[in-house]
Amino acid sequence: MNDRYIRQVILPGFGMDAQEKLLAAKVLIVGMGGLGCPVLQYLVAAGVGTIGIMDGDTVSMSNLHRQLLFHAGELGQPKVKLAAEKMKEQDSSILVQAYPYALTVSNAAEVVADYDLVIDATDNFMAKYLINDVCVLLNKPWIYGAVSQYQGQLSVFNWREGVASDQLQPINYRDLFPVSPAPHEIATCEEAGVIGVLPGIIGTMQAAEAIKIITGLGLPLYGRLYNYDLLQARSYEIAIVKREDPVKIDQAFFEAMNYDPFCGQPEEDPDMHDIEEINVDTFMQLRADPDVFVLDVREKHEYPAIDFADAQIPMSELQTGMAALPDKSICVICHQGIRSVYAAQLIRARRNLTVYSLKGGLTAYFKKES
Amino acid sequence: MEIKVLFFGSLTDATAVAALNEVTASDTAALQELLHQQYPALRTAKYFIAVNRQMINKNTTLKTGDVVALMPPFSGG
Repeated sequence: MNDRYIRQVILPGFGMDAQEKLLAAKVLIVGMGGLGCPVLQYLVAAGVGTIGIMDGDTVSMSNLHRQLLFHAGELGQPKVKLAAEKMKEQDSSILVQAYPYALTVSNAAEVVADYDLVIDATDNFMAKYLINDVCVLLNKPWIYGAVSQYQGQLSVFNWREGVASDQLQPINYRDLFPVSPAPHEIATCEEAGVIGVLPGIIGTMQAAEAIKIITGLGLPLYGRLYNYDLLQARSYEIAIVKREDPVKIDQAFFEAMNYDPFCGQPEEDPDMHDIEEINVDTFMQLRADPDVFVLDVREKHEYPAIDFADAQIPMSELQTGMAALPDKSICVICHQGIRSVYAAQLIRARRNLTVYSLKGGLTAYFKKES
Repeated sequence: MEIKVLFFGSLTDATAVAALNEVTASDTAALQELLHQQYPALRTAKYFIAVNRQMINKNTTLKTGDVVALMPPFSGG
């Protein structure tokens, strides 16, 4: 027996069984920053056999206070390349596969399909929603981790073993937060600051959850959102549940969702998030107003057809099609009221019009009508 | 109905406090209305509500001593 793992193998309930499960496991870590560094180091050390690491960034000076895999002599070098080299020194028997680019809607399904478990070590909402949606599509569990100034969050999502029946869908991120906050709505580490030790703590806890899920030891943090306040040294745990009207995440949703609507946008409009989500009653009033333009952003193949939209510009064509919108107040509608928020944010940012989004989308509309 | 309200993460940017004690509201909808009036920036913020550490999805009656948490998503890493 390899002495390397002896101290964990002798633990009650662990044994060679658990060690072999770790060796056979394939884990993808998305993001190689403050969270990703400790996750990777602990999973390599624990003997997880195959680890993918994904990040398109290079090392910068402001990373060093929390990304302890890197040092000042490595500024400008790709993070995943450096991390893979270092892990080879730590344990050459572990296969570390480096993906030196960001997770996108076009590569997500292909990369994630090769792994059993995904760890979210990203630093932005678009990536977190993309990880969630692709994991729901491919039926993979994922471990959420995030920090905000002095507080951290952690949970396990889409863990099939967490639900009693095959008929039930496990809880995912969109059950808590159906729609992503807009850029600027919630500040990033870059804008708001972060204390280096905090992602170290949360990332280490993510690694612990990964080991538990792989080995079957203990009770993973599924169905619970864990919040850690470093300043108070207090944790606050909330029992989380599936929504009664969960967002339906299928292939069509995934393809139509714009995970990066602000790509290449100058970051200058702090009010771009201020989208009013209206209910069906308000929608009925607005739609009767000739100064309000109703815009359907569903893709052309989506049903049902409706006769009360002034125009249909699919989300996928909105960037180019936006010039066709009149100088009126715009009320954006879609299937479930999620894409329409993104679309409204985009219109607001580009055209500076008053924009509304129909909350719950056409699903809510037809429910009310029937 | 005197309840306690906790604000997590970036919500304290809107409220400037992490907790409110002895707030009077009969249910979570009334509480939200009250908080949105007091802190308009909360209106567009994304968060879910938990009553006594249990996430809720619909309007929930409150009783004296309940602790209501407003939990936003975090994105840093």
